[in-house]
Amino acid sequence: MSTRLTQGGARIDRTKPVSFRFNGQQLKGYEGDTLASALLANDRMMVGRSFKYHRPRGVVASGTEEPNALLGIGQGGRFEPNQRATMQEVFEGLESTSQNHWPSLEFDVGEINASLSRFLPAGFYYKTFLWPRSFWKHVYEPFIRQSAGLGKAPKDRDADTYEHFYHYCDVLVIGGGLAGLAAARAAASGGARVTVMEQEAHWCGRAADDGAEAQVADLVAELEGMENVTLRTRCMGAGVYDHGYVLGYERLTDHLSEKSGPRHRLWRVRAGQVITATGAIERPLSFAGNDLPGVMLASALRDYVVQFGVSVGDRTVVVTNNDDAYLTALALVGAGLTVPVIVDARQGGGGALAAEAEAKGIRVLKGHGIAKVKGRKRVTGVAICKQVGEGAVTEEIACDAVAMSGGWSPVVHLWSHCGGKLTWDDAQAMFRPDGTRPPTGEDGKGFVICAGAADGAFDRAEVAASGTKAGLAAAEAVGQAGSVSDLTAPEARGDNPIEPVWLMPASAKRKLRAKAWLDYQNDVKVTDVQLAAQEGFESVEHAKRYTTLGMATDQGKLSNINGLAILSGALDTPIPQVGTTRFRPPFTPISMGAIAGEARAETFQPLRRTPLHQWHVDNGADFEPVGQWRRPFCYIRPGEDRHSAVTREINQTRNSLGLLDASTLGKLIVKGPDAGRFMDMLYTNMMSTLQPGRCRYGLMCSENGFLMDDGVVARWDEETFLCHTTTGGADHIHAHMEEWLQTEWWDWKVWTVNATEQYAQIGVVGPKARTVLEKLGATNIANEDFPFMTFQDHKLAGIDARVYRISFSGELSYEIAVPAGQGLALWTALMEAGAEFGATPYGTEALHVLRAEKGFIMIGDETDGTVIPQDLGLNWAISKKKEDFIGKRAQSREDMAREDRWKLVGLETLDKSVLPDGAYVLADGTNANGQRTVQGRVTSSYYSPTLERGIAMGLVLRGPDRMGETIQLNKVDGSSVAARIVDPVFYDKENTKNV
Amino acid sequence: MLILTCPCCGVTAEETEFHGGGEAHLKREGPGSDDAAFEGYLFHRENPRGVHFERWRHVYGCGKWFHAARDTGTLEVFGTYSAQTTEPPADLLEKIRERRPGWSWREFS
Amino acid sequence: MSEPVSALGGAKTEALVTVEEMAPRGMIVLRGKLDDTAITGALEKVSGLAMPGQRGITVDGARRLAWMSPDEAMLILPRGDVSGAQADLTAALAGAHALVADLSDARASFRLSGEDAALREVLARLSPVDMHQTAFGPGMVRRTRLAQVAGAFWMPEVGVAELVTFRSVAQYAFDLLSVAARSPRVFA
Repeated sequence: MSTRLTQGGARIDRTKPVSFRFNGQQLKGYEGDTLASALLANDRMMVGRSFKYHRPRGVVASGTEEPNALLGIGQGGRFEPNQRATMQEVFEGLESTSQNHWPSLEFDVGEINASLSRFLPAGFYYKTFLWPRSFWKHVYEPFIRQSAGLGKAPKDRDADTYEHFYHYCDVLVIGGGLAGLAAARAAASGGARVTVMEQEAHWCGRAADDGAEAQVADLVAELEGMENVTLRTRCMGAGVYDHGYVLGYERLTDHLSEKSGPRHRLWRVRAGQVITATGAIERPLSFAGNDLPGVMLASALRDYVVQFGVSVGDRTVVVTNNDDAYLTALALVGAGLTVPVIVDARQGGGGALAAEAEAKGIRVLKGHGIAKVKGRKRVTGVAICKQVGEGAVTEEIACDAVAMSGGWSPVVHLWSHCGGKLTWDDAQAMFRPDGTRPPTGEDGKGFVICAGAADGAFDRAEVAASGTKAGLAAAEAVGQAGSVSDLTAPEARGDNPIEPVWLMPASAKRKLRAKAWLDYQNDVKVTDVQLAAQEGFESVEHAKRYTTLGMATDQGKLSNINGLAILSGALDTPIPQVGTTRFRPPFTPISMGAIAGEARAETFQPLRRTPLHQWHVDNGADFEPVGQWRRPFCYIRPGEDRHSAVTREINQTRNSLGLLDASTLGKLIVKGPDAGRFMDMLYTNMMSTLQPGRCRYGLMCSENGFLMDDGVVARWDEETFLCHTTTGGADHIHAHMEEWLQTEWWDWKVWTVNATEQYAQIGVVGPKARTVLEKLGATNIANEDFPFMTFQDHKLAGIDARVYRISFSGELSYEIAVPAGQGLALWTALMEAGAEFGATPYGTEALHVLRAEKGFIMIGDETDGTVIPQDLGLNWAISKKKEDFIGKRAQSREDMAREDRWKLVGLETLDKSVLPDGAYVLADGTNANGQRTVQGRVTSSYYSPTLERGIAMGLVLRGPDRMGETIQLNKVDGSSVAARIVDPVFYDKENTKNV
Repeated sequence: MLILTCPCCGVTAEETEFHGGGEAHLKREGPGSDDAAFEGYLFHRENPRGVHFERWRHVYGCGKWFHAARDTGTLEVFGTYSAQTTEPPADLLEKIRERRPGWSWREFS
Repeated sequence: MSEPVSALGGAKTEALVTVEEMAPRGMIVLRGKLDDTAITGALEKVSGLAMPGQRGITVDGARRLAWMSPDEAMLILPRGDVSGAQADLTAALAGAHALVADLSDARASFRLSGEDAALREVLARLSPVDMHQTAFGPGMVRRTRLAQVAGAFWMPEVGVAELVTFRSVAQYAFDLLSVAARSPRVFA
């Protein structure tokens, strides 16, 4: 059994016990424990079930590479699945649950999949479940959904907050081991701004193996004393992107009982140079039963003993192909535990460490391997065999843990994210960064440098020197060269070289290979990869997807190299030619909350509010989104629904007085000696002839000829125009103006300003509009003194206002612009003065119906980016005299000039019903896809309270030539409805009201 | 995510402050142009893997349009320059020749 | 005559950094070539402030003159001085090609105050700008992105930042700033 030792554990504080829960059971750990070490200390060897076969799985690693110990952490609004127990620090009250088992971790129904493993080979998803077809939906899929998958998604709203932080530095060092800290010291020596990120809670990385703790502590102290250095722990370098952009993922409260402030901080870093000192990951060995709980990476087992004072087993067999694992044997023996044998696959065995082990009386078996691990839910022993051959058992040894080491793979992920290339190092049997082909930045030069084990340096002196060299190079690259003394280091360890072992034993029979796991998380075995190769999935990327090797949250940290070595063997192609799959960010999964940052709740997205917003809120407004604006759709009074509210607003406006908050309309100022000429290019009609003081409706097209925006232009003075745009058009029409002025007609003397938000604009609409203005102080505004399509300045309720007599409803109407800060005062004054006429604020729906009754088009309803003004019967607003305007050339293209385009008409249902919005006008026959042929569509459709019937506008094939014809339109239920083609002006065709 | 230096306000900023505007140095074809020329102006665009000239706007900054020359493969930025020109500046062309011998783009090389 | 009101009525958050919406003040925007001394001369004369260089801002009491782009300057002054200044500026620019617009109500202004380092962290949570004191400080103006909206800020003095956004997004900007101001220090 695994247990806490009475001594040892550099990282734990035995004076600070903490209690936590696993699957509901109360357990004890110490401050400094990871959840993994604390579970092992409590003999919780089995922590989950594998993905496909539901095999019992235990902790395998001690860091980010852990594939098995994925747990659900927290509860309710703080629950998160798939968290690595090896990276989760324990704290008082921590809640954790295991995953992927049913009904319980100990007894799991899905375990039957393991007995069926012969029948669930690689690609079985693609081969099985194909027939009978109906079984997929009702049998196979529900079964797969029940049994597959890792953790369950959280159900509650996330109780935590998150934030982004933009950070700039000259040199960013990722990794706080000896190499990273040495690099930081060197990089900072010339004054460069240096930031160091370490994903763990402590510095040092694996340098503790080499007894470098004191040196690391000195380095940290030195760096802490430098003003130009920033140090962050619990902060993972998640991804390296173009031009020195790096994402750092800082976990601020995941280790705390009392949580306050943001949970995670996403560092959005721009660095001149990035040093990746990300260390290396130990590889498992591929032997039968290598996934049983109790089989662990040698370095992890060592960490649990040395760093956490946890014994994984009393009797540990060490199996290796390199010298590093001997450290584990020595550590175990040093802690008073038993190592019955070190199984070294190398005929020649190890170097100095091996001699030390033998001197301590540890038995070493050279040239041997493990044929098979015995046990069901945990290790009970191993069967030993020769490494060469098929696995004939030479002896069996009882043990309760196995420490394995297949060599080390540099963590090249961050180097590779943005295009750094790799090279195969035959001597060390690993891919390492090719320093001559780094990722390149905006200047075309490399911006990432690898250091330490990440660069293939493993000896302590080499690691330190590699870090120093990388730091100095980075400082020079950012123009802040410095110099430092070399770090001291002990003599090299005197290792014997590694001998690659990709399968144990080398010629293992199928029965053994079928139990030799490559990818624990995704349940991929040696035989699966061999099958993939046999079936033609020769590309490493194809083999990955076919077998699922290296997928999911793990992304092959343990399995990648072993898997491609097996693939290489199966294809009889050298490893470097097989290559690796692409390394993509993030290094390990980061939280969705960190990605969202502050963008949640009230700051999820900007909502734009008019100066009158609060009044609308206080007066029953039912808002609708119009882009980012929130505009009242209607104002609902007690006892009303939307429909009755809209009807009331329209009737009151037609009969007496309505008020509209039109502040969202774009207001763009165009000024200069060439303003008239520019306006003539922007609009389809002639604007340069507009007289100061007057207004004109205009259309704007894109260079494609399509109608883009419309609105009323007022000529403020000889050189100055005010262009009203649609609500949605304000920003992009201003950008459109600037684009033409800056990039095409830059010699024209024209300036523009977007004054949209300077003004509150209020529509005063209806027969009583003039009276109300007079009540507020306007004089001489009779129809003749202040005619339609002109503007005047007046003082209304003591406020300086510019009043435009324009109408989008057919009623007598004024739009009054005042500074935004006085909008509410004017609105309130208008409501008070209009009270005797029943002044009624109306919303966007009434606005739409009022305009539709008059046949006025609405951008976005009658237009959709394929409609030209000619389609809408707006030829009167297209100048024939102008040589040019934006879109003119396009409108003479053959397709635009076609006679048989869909054109705007009014539509009246024979039964007075309201047509479905977007309904199609049916034609005879079907198209090539068997769909009903159509000859038009509805663009706007409303119930008109004024006419007490449904009215609509639509684009219909040769519509204007077919007045009076009855056509059929489809309905959602599949039936059709008859409508008559009519003039789109439904109301007051003679314009008797706007006087 | 790119960083670009706006030649109008001098800020070096990340891509989120900018807005891409497609191919640079298009010649507008107005009324009277033949169909082929107009089609080319409206629809045909270079899409090279390598040296490319583009329009960008510093939309969250000074609001100005400018041009950028960059390599779409390596993302190296050779330089940014005024939008108010019909061709890239000579020194920039020379720099690109040094960095990418034998390059060509439309009529430039 | 009603007094103008600001978008949020002077909302305020007191945290590590104090965030407050400023009372209405005058903001005049000038479009004109800032390499033309006729234009900058008029600005200097009317404002009484020296024309700043690229991305610069001149601060004196309640008045500020900011370089916003090669052809845009912003003059900030007490609300009551706007109409006079606008008229004076228009007169001083007679014959020059320029556009002068009163945009006093188009924007929301915020004042951030507190420890200099804390204030920089608040801005660094929202804007992709290097807020290190060697990279940004008093005398400079930065137009940029504030999370999802456009904004501009400057430091009239150490420990104070002023920030403007469009008026319609005042609540969003205030909420953003408040959330950022309440967050614990990054470098402490």
